[in-house]
Amino acid sequence: MNEKKAPNMHGHGMKRGRVKKQTVKRLLTYLKIYKFKFPLVLLSILVSSVVGVVASLFLQTLIDDYIAPLLLMAVPDFSNLLRIVLIMAGVYLCGVVATWIYNRTMMVIAEGVMKRIRDDMFAHMQTLPIKYFDTHNFGDVMSYFTNDTDTLRQMLAQAIPQVFSSLLTIVAVFSAMLYLSVWLTLFVAAFALIASRVIKRIAGNSGRHFVKQQKALADLNGFVEEMINGQKVIKVFCHEEQVKRDFDRHNEALRDNTEKANRYVNILPPIMNNLGFVLYVLIAIVGGFMAVNGMGNVGLSGAGVVTIGTIVSFLQLSRSLIGPLNQVSQQANHIVLALAGAERIFELLDEPSETDEGYVTLVNAKYDENGNIVETAERTGMWAWKHPHRDGTLTYTKLTGDVRMVDVDFCYTEGKPVLQDITLYAEPGQKVAFVGATGAGKTTITNLINRFYDIADGKIRYDGININKIKKSDLRRSLGVVLQDVNLFTGTVMDNIRYGRLDATDEECIQAAKLANADGFIRMLPQGYDTVISGSGNGLSQGQRQLISIARAAVADPPVMILDEATSSIDTRTEAIVQKGMDRLMEGRTVFVIAHRLSTVKNADVIMVLDHGRIIERGSHEKLIAEKGRYYQLYTGAFELE
Amino acid sequence: MLKTLLRSLREYKKPALLTPLLVSGEVVLEIIIPLFMANIIDYGIDKGDMNYILKVGALLVLAAVASLILGALAGSTAAKASAGFAKNLRQDMFYNVQSLSFSNIDKLSTASIITRITTDTANVQMAFQMLIRTAVRAPLMLICAMTASFNISAKLALIFLGVAPVLATVLVLIIRKVHPLMERVFKTYDDLNRDVSENLRGIRVVKTFVREDYETGKFKRISQKIYDYFSRANKLVALNAPTMQACMYASMLLVSWFGARLIVASGGNPDVGMSTGQLTSLFAYASQILVSLMVLSMVLVMVIISRASAERIVELLNEKSDLQNGENPVKEVKDGSIRFENVNFSYAKGAEKLCLENVSLFIRSGETVGIIGGTGSAKSTLVQLIPRLYDVTSGRVLVGGVDVRDYDLEALREQVAMVLQKNVLFSGTIKENLRWGNPDATDEELEEACRLAAADSFIKSFPDGYDTFVEQGGANLSGGQRQRLCIARALLKKPKIIILDDSTSAVDTKTDAQIRKALKEHISETTKIIIAQRIASVMDADKIIVMDDGRVSAVGTHDELLQASAIYREVYESQTRGGLANE
Repeated sequence: MNEKKAPNMHGHGMKRGRVKKQTVKRLLTYLKIYKFKFPLVLLSILVSSVVGVVASLFLQTLIDDYIAPLLLMAVPDFSNLLRIVLIMAGVYLCGVVATWIYNRTMMVIAEGVMKRIRDDMFAHMQTLPIKYFDTHNFGDVMSYFTNDTDTLRQMLAQAIPQVFSSLLTIVAVFSAMLYLSVWLTLFVAAFALIASRVIKRIAGNSGRHFVKQQKALADLNGFVEEMINGQKVIKVFCHEEQVKRDFDRHNEALRDNTEKANRYVNILPPIMNNLGFVLYVLIAIVGGFMAVNGMGNVGLSGAGVVTIGTIVSFLQLSRSLIGPLNQVSQQANHIVLALAGAERIFELLDEPSETDEGYVTLVNAKYDENGNIVETAERTGMWAWKHPHRDGTLTYTKLTGDVRMVDVDFCYTEGKPVLQDITLYAEPGQKVAFVGATGAGKTTITNLINRFYDIADGKIRYDGININKIKKSDLRRSLGVVLQDVNLFTGTVMDNIRYGRLDATDEECIQAAKLANADGFIRMLPQGYDTVISGSGNGLSQGQRQLISIARAAVADPPVMILDEATSSIDTRTEAIVQKGMDRLMEGRTVFVIAHRLSTVKNADVIMVLDHGRIIERGSHEKLIAEKGRYYQLYTGAFELE
Repeated sequence: MLKTLLRSLREYKKPALLTPLLVSGEVVLEIIIPLFMANIIDYGIDKGDMNYILKVGALLVLAAVASLILGALAGSTAAKASAGFAKNLRQDMFYNVQSLSFSNIDKLSTASIITRITTDTANVQMAFQMLIRTAVRAPLMLICAMTASFNISAKLALIFLGVAPVLATVLVLIIRKVHPLMERVFKTYDDLNRDVSENLRGIRVVKTFVREDYETGKFKRISQKIYDYFSRANKLVALNAPTMQACMYASMLLVSWFGARLIVASGGNPDVGMSTGQLTSLFAYASQILVSLMVLSMVLVMVIISRASAERIVELLNEKSDLQNGENPVKEVKDGSIRFENVNFSYAKGAEKLCLENVSLFIRSGETVGIIGGTGSAKSTLVQLIPRLYDVTSGRVLVGGVDVRDYDLEALREQVAMVLQKNVLFSGTIKENLRWGNPDATDEELEEACRLAAADSFIKSFPDGYDTFVEQGGANLSGGQRQRLCIARALLKKPKIIILDDSTSAVDTKTDAQIRKALKEHISETTKIIIAQRIASVMDADKIIVMDDGRVSAVGTHDELLQASAIYREVYESQTRGGLANE
């Protein structure tokens, strides 16, 4: 629940601005499947509210029409009374059932809508291009899933039914009032307006402080997180006192804003209640005055004088008025916030998905009697590209891992070229290493081969086929990528390794772990391969996580592998062992290695040195050392690799 | 548990006690007001007595105003008390964390410490505010309304005594059944959010392995689980409001029937039986009684939910550091000599396998010592015992000839500077970060330390130089730059011992050599301990310790170890294959 409470509001949604009609319309489309349930809810709320108003009028009717006559009878006959009580019991029963129906159904609708929105959000997110994730703040996207969906659910499940019910009650009460006396109604209406203004002012104040409170909360949370995560450094430097003082500042700011925000929220109910009492008195006075002076009265029921019964009814009705008024004003604020959240959710849903115009797919293949490549359903170790041509023919090209880039230019943002004139070729089975300073473009090249980003200019060919023609999912299946930032998922070690190939058997996973030299430490874990590890990696060292990530890639058994600084957290001795395993794995495969540790790239077939997006040197290790160029300088430490 | 929590009330005791008092006053007035309201009808309107209406009306308004003031004040004091209580709780927890040792922190885990200070405190704050206000108001209202009802007519009040328990029972039953379901919902929600966050962070992995559909399937399954749990809980929760209404309407009807009979029997005379005005009051009381019950059930739910949070807060408040200063702690560290005597260590008490086994070493003051070993060989563990970040399980660690447990902790740590493997910088300028080493350092001393750490040149290359702002965690600096700043920070302490735990892994070989040379020349009296992965970093140390699986495998100079240690030889060869010479 942490992330929910540390909001990244950035002023979003706290703007009390206009709510787009579009947003409301879209929400309604989610309600469409409930085309019977939703009107049922509205109907039930109507019934429930009407019964509520009737109940408040019943007392007066009871007194005037049933008790008063009974008082005049010498021998009271209670049969009439009994009958009305039974009728009312029936009416009330309807009201109760209606309340039950709408409570139950509204929750079902709200939960159902939220589930569909959640599912849609996540599914759509999976289709978004990497660019979206690189350009959007992690905290913001998380808050769509947490804060925004929460407020939306609150709105659907509570705010809307309550507001609707309150509005209906207000309408019913005013109708009843009008029926009795137009003059008194006008008076009450005037009072109600003034009351609403007061409520709005106070709610507005509390809203302002609430915003400040959220900010103070976010500040304190950020501070606490930073300090607690760096607690060991604080101890090592005996910095505790200073840190305490800084904490006090943030803590006090939060306390101050919380107190102010809550104060306004707390004051509202007493004010509401007592305004109701004041209204009561005023009605009594005005009504009494009118009655005593026999003033004329006009009502929808007819003209006449103001009777005692009228006044008493009014008094009763007025008690039912203040509550709903309060509800409407308070909930209106929540609804505005929730719709702002919904708007953000729909923005996410409207983000364009990753486009893929590829039509070449990857299939299992084997040689037939004539030596031609032919597609097969069985799992062979051989893969081929299935290339349908415009004229209807079909060619199969064996997957060998021949990757060529010709004159490739690329930039993440216009005007800031990251790669320029890159020409390289990797023959099947070669190990190609990229070295260069941070920002030279090494990781970018892998982003392009993978089609996480698409190039601006130039050609990239894979086994002779333009990679734009290859379906992205098939392209990626043929590449294995191990990144420096290890991302594991919460689950068992076996599950994490199996992520590389979902149909891998346990033995195959263990084989892969042995290859990556991870088997040893995995067996020492409390439940071995069945130990549950968390995505954030508590309990495993960085090196161990990297070994699991290598095992995962090994199990995927891809024809081409890209290792992006994949062994930086491992000590050189373990790395050497892993290298031996990787060498076995890499036989006959093409491998791209990006490293800043020269020990990693030493035994590459070809080393390419990148500088500011250009390849400035290429050759084997021995050749480049002899050239005494940039590689030589990097190697002997004249320049930093970072 | 409550006692521990309430200790944090301190200066907010006054508003905390005042609130219930004010609330009580408010309730009393709210009970009286319906009486006035009834009288206005009975003696004012019914009799057409304008004067009476005005008089009692004025009284009623006065009472309403008084109630408003009391209510507003109560709201104010409640806000003050609860916000202040929360502040003190947070402060007490945070201060306590500052006094805890590494092993305490490991045990509690940083994530859970953060949750306790933030989320759990918020839950307890809400519960507290409810308790001093609503939990006083509702029962009081209940009692007063019942009393007033009895006052009017004991017979009719009995109806309430019958209905109220029915409502209460139903509500409690619902809560008991719903609560475990809701807990499951919240836990599943946490799992959902965790999955989303892992997916977001690992989206490249997802796309690389083409697992988009798999992830979506996983998500939908959890989403469905939440829906199912919610539906089950909802079936019960939906019974709350209708039950309340049913009880309300039932009481009204019963009161109407029996009340009518009473009024008729007494001829409408309030002194003998009941009047119509009193009947009106009874209706008002009925709603007050039942609403109070509803409110009480909500308070109960709130308390149940926050109970878990309260327990976690108390656990953190009660945690005592397991590293204490001894009696008469030694305040002066004589020199930088270090001795390990038969040291055994494990992080978890009673763990089967020891992390460090039977380690005995001697390091002279001023020596440069390198430590080499594979991933997980316990190098970092070894050095963390020197500034007493953890205590040994058995054996002794002596610094300057004195057992580290006999030193005053602060004095010891002033003299043992450590650069940890995980380099943490804090938000602030470079200067501010450096001054962690020595708050009184002059600018020249800062620059001197940075020169030694080969950081001065890159700092000066920034437009703001030493005043450059460091983003949270040091995100705007490269790994190598962060490491060098951390080394400079440690150097500013002018300690007797400096420990560098893999602090130059992101720095290239040439700069690494430069730093080591500067350290050798400028702080020759300081004992230097260097843990590294590169043989090159430790090759010219006075002695090198080779660690393997928690034991000291070999100790010696570079040349000695090439002869004597197979492990050392293997590492050396793997790094120099292909002609890597460090020249």
